[in-house]
Amino acid sequence: MNRMENPLAGVKSEKFRQVGKPLIRTDSPTKVYGTAVYAGDLTMPGMLYAAVLHSERASALLRRVDTTRAKELPGVHCVLTAEDLPASQGVMTDMPGQTGGMTKNTKQPILAKDRVRFCGEPIALVAAESVAIAEQAIGLIDVDYQDIDGVYDPFDALAPGAPIVYGDDNVVASYKIRKGDIEKGFAEADVIVENTFTTQYQEQAFLEPEAALAWVDELEVLNIRSSTQVVEHYRAVADAIGLPHNRVRLRAEFVGGGFGGKEVMTIEVWLALLALASRRPVRLVQPRERSFLSHGPRHPFNITHRTGVTRDGKITALQISFTSDAGAYAKLSPYILLYATVGATGPYRVDNLHVDSVSAATNNLPACAFRGFGTMQANLACEGQMEEIAKTLGMDSMEVRRRNFIRTGDANATGQIIRSAVWSDQCATQALAALGKRPENSQTTRIGHGVACYQQSYGRILWMKDSSEAWVGVEMDGTVVVRSAVADIGGGQSSALAQITAEILGVPMKEVVVYFGDGAVTPLAGTSTASRALYMSGNATQMAATRVRENLLGCAGRHFSVEAEELDMNDSQVFVVGDPKRSMTINDCVKLCAAEGVHRHNLAIFKAPTSEGIDPETGQGEVFPDFTYGAHAAQVAVDIETGEVRVLQSIGAHDVGQAINLRAVEGQVEGSALMGQGFALCEELILEQGQLQTRSLSEYLIPTSEDVPKIKAIILESGSGLGPFGSKGIGEPVYAPVAASIANAVTDAIGVHIFELPITPEKIVKALRRKETVG
Amino acid sequence: MTDKKTGMAREKLVNIHVNGTACEITVPAWRTLLEVLRELGHVEVKCGCEKGDCGACAVLLDGEVVDSCLTLAWNADRRSVMTVQGLGGPGKAHPLQTAFIEHGGAQCGYCTPGMILAAKALLDDIPNPSLDDIKRGLSGNLCRCTGYTRIFSAIRAAAQALRQEGGTS
Repeated sequence: MNRMENPLAGVKSEKFRQVGKPLIRTDSPTKVYGTAVYAGDLTMPGMLYAAVLHSERASALLRRVDTTRAKELPGVHCVLTAEDLPASQGVMTDMPGQTGGMTKNTKQPILAKDRVRFCGEPIALVAAESVAIAEQAIGLIDVDYQDIDGVYDPFDALAPGAPIVYGDDNVVASYKIRKGDIEKGFAEADVIVENTFTTQYQEQAFLEPEAALAWVDELEVLNIRSSTQVVEHYRAVADAIGLPHNRVRLRAEFVGGGFGGKEVMTIEVWLALLALASRRPVRLVQPRERSFLSHGPRHPFNITHRTGVTRDGKITALQISFTSDAGAYAKLSPYILLYATVGATGPYRVDNLHVDSVSAATNNLPACAFRGFGTMQANLACEGQMEEIAKTLGMDSMEVRRRNFIRTGDANATGQIIRSAVWSDQCATQALAALGKRPENSQTTRIGHGVACYQQSYGRILWMKDSSEAWVGVEMDGTVVVRSAVADIGGGQSSALAQITAEILGVPMKEVVVYFGDGAVTPLAGTSTASRALYMSGNATQMAATRVRENLLGCAGRHFSVEAEELDMNDSQVFVVGDPKRSMTINDCVKLCAAEGVHRHNLAIFKAPTSEGIDPETGQGEVFPDFTYGAHAAQVAVDIETGEVRVLQSIGAHDVGQAINLRAVEGQVEGSALMGQGFALCEELILEQGQLQTRSLSEYLIPTSEDVPKIKAIILESGSGLGPFGSKGIGEPVYAPVAASIANAVTDAIGVHIFELPITPEKIVKALRRKETVG
Repeated sequence: MTDKKTGMAREKLVNIHVNGTACEITVPAWRTLLEVLRELGHVEVKCGCEKGDCGACAVLLDGEVVDSCLTLAWNADRRSVMTVQGLGGPGKAHPLQTAFIEHGGAQCGYCTPGMILAAKALLDDIPNPSLDDIKRGLSGNLCRCTGYTRIFSAIRAAAQALRQEGGTS
């Protein structure tokens, strides 16, 4: 494995002047003043408005799509169906790495032709003078459907004789892990614990629905300004519509929430087609109901754990099976299943392991990326199983965890040696301690405490050969510019680059401007996914800023006749350490550089570690750059009459490696606490025969301000991460243990384990009744 | 303009004071205040659901917080609307805005304009709100990023700052 040494890793945070501090994020004021621009806010002269016709049927032949009446409506400029596209039409929904390898069967029709495979599949596009006219035109398109047999359950889809959704069979992907000697492991076990856990569809429910504006400019370049996590989709757009890559420019505006839902391309290619056909700027903002149909929710998983353990709690063998519902198109399902497979054992060392995982095509909504990307479902089962093992053995579940925690130097499920710090125990202990004393139960209320640990990767899969570029330069007045095509999806992605640069060049953060998210004029940075933005772009920015610093200090050293190592930069001054009289302003230093012809800027590329893949028979090999570890603890109160669960406390403790912006990292922990609470207790997209029943935010319920418990973030810093200054990725990791901790707290409160999420009042009441009847 | 069959007005000229500026615009009966405000360039008023579920479009109408997606523009005729840009801006930030910036109350920022106006209406009503008051006051405004904790602390800090100023906000 090719591993890049981090030159500043291990530097303790007290040496930092700005890194690690809770500084005001550069994007905060504009968002708070209401001046931040989002894709749906953009307008252009002559702009048309788009609308999309989505299929009403889940599995049907399209006998006829008649657009005659829609085209005749005054104010309609163009109506597009599959008939208007070349026969080979389709868009790749894979997210290839730098070397372009694609998973099979990830091409999805841009517009359905002959057949629809899910309720919501796009059939026709309209561009018109107003939203109202475009909507009216959509209503005038006659679609003649002929229903055909569909399949709506992954187990049914994998059974012989099931209707085939696409391709040769309904297997979208499958993996296996064969490690150690499973028979020997089970023979050594004193008890075997087996349970099945199921998880539901979860909707990202970002507040900003999909939005984009597209037009063809004076250079014959197709421009798209969009709410996207991935600027590099410009290539997929170009390939889909037959343009050279340099004729498509995609810009990511401030994204009003992504969470994975704006990772695979959503509406961009539709607007590209409409802008090319109408030769006018065209904008689309998806209405909320259609937003639910325009991106993939979290995959439902069925997970079985069969665990062999000794009487003192040591796991000797573990057999795991995963079945996920991929829905009607593959999108990222193969990768998400891989994440689940690699994460099958959670933060535990298991030497004798079998994992079998499969993702099945159905006529349900195509599921896709969502914060955690399969790992969190796998983790949920692991952490629920820890409680069941502990109950069977009569042990404390933290003790069972401690017997089995993976440690630095151990091999994980795929045989990858963990090199960074593993502080699972410290994190869990601190999170549980922060819950404090357990309040008394009342007549109808039962209090429960729960904890969950996790292992979640950050950075992309190693064989994608990921890289990120960043440019840092100093202007003649000493102000600083950073250029990076990173998409800013609300986690402080661009602000972190300003903070890193400010630290290295010794300028106040307000002196740094970050130009971000432009596929044409900022250096390409890769995706804002996989908890990789800080890791990858932070490292690239750190490298570029460090080289600029070296150039500036070189000039200053020659001026003061000292070695560069004797100089430092702070408060926009360059000075000899210990001799404050010998100093100059950064702008004087920049002028020296200019006079000497020394570069005042640098373009750096950070390349992640790479590997060539895993063995298909054993699942062994290196898959990710590194992992983040931590824990979440929850305190709940369950009303045993109504089944209502109130989360009273929700505490995340995580080793983040090194916080870059303390407030931003705490914000990630806090936000994930509530999102995970929704997954545990109330969020569920309900489909009936492929028809989405929950099409609004009053039917799909996310936690509100009234559901907020006491939330606390405990930030630990091992300095052992691969990101800038030893940081680790945290956006997804901090989410990974939340739902499991709440589920475990409910089990603790009522004495019954509910294996099926979400844990609704109805399920609790039923479980308690069953317990009364049985026990 | 009237409907030929019913004789009822289909469009009329409305006069809406937006952030202190009088805006005259001819509006059909069915158009929402949200659509009209955005058409007038007030794109700081965000659209999240168009059915009153999320609160991203919240504005103050004569000082009361309303979802502008559920308010017909005709109902704002000869009334005052305040958006987050009317509350304050760079160099003249309202204490709520200062507190949201300092406490990190915005992440993706899409719910922020509506959230701040809901908070303004709350503090106008209850200058020294309890945590429960704040939770109830924001219950119509969804945020998916922050877990609300920094929004709550920002509102408490702003409430204190406003009380120290001694006046109403």
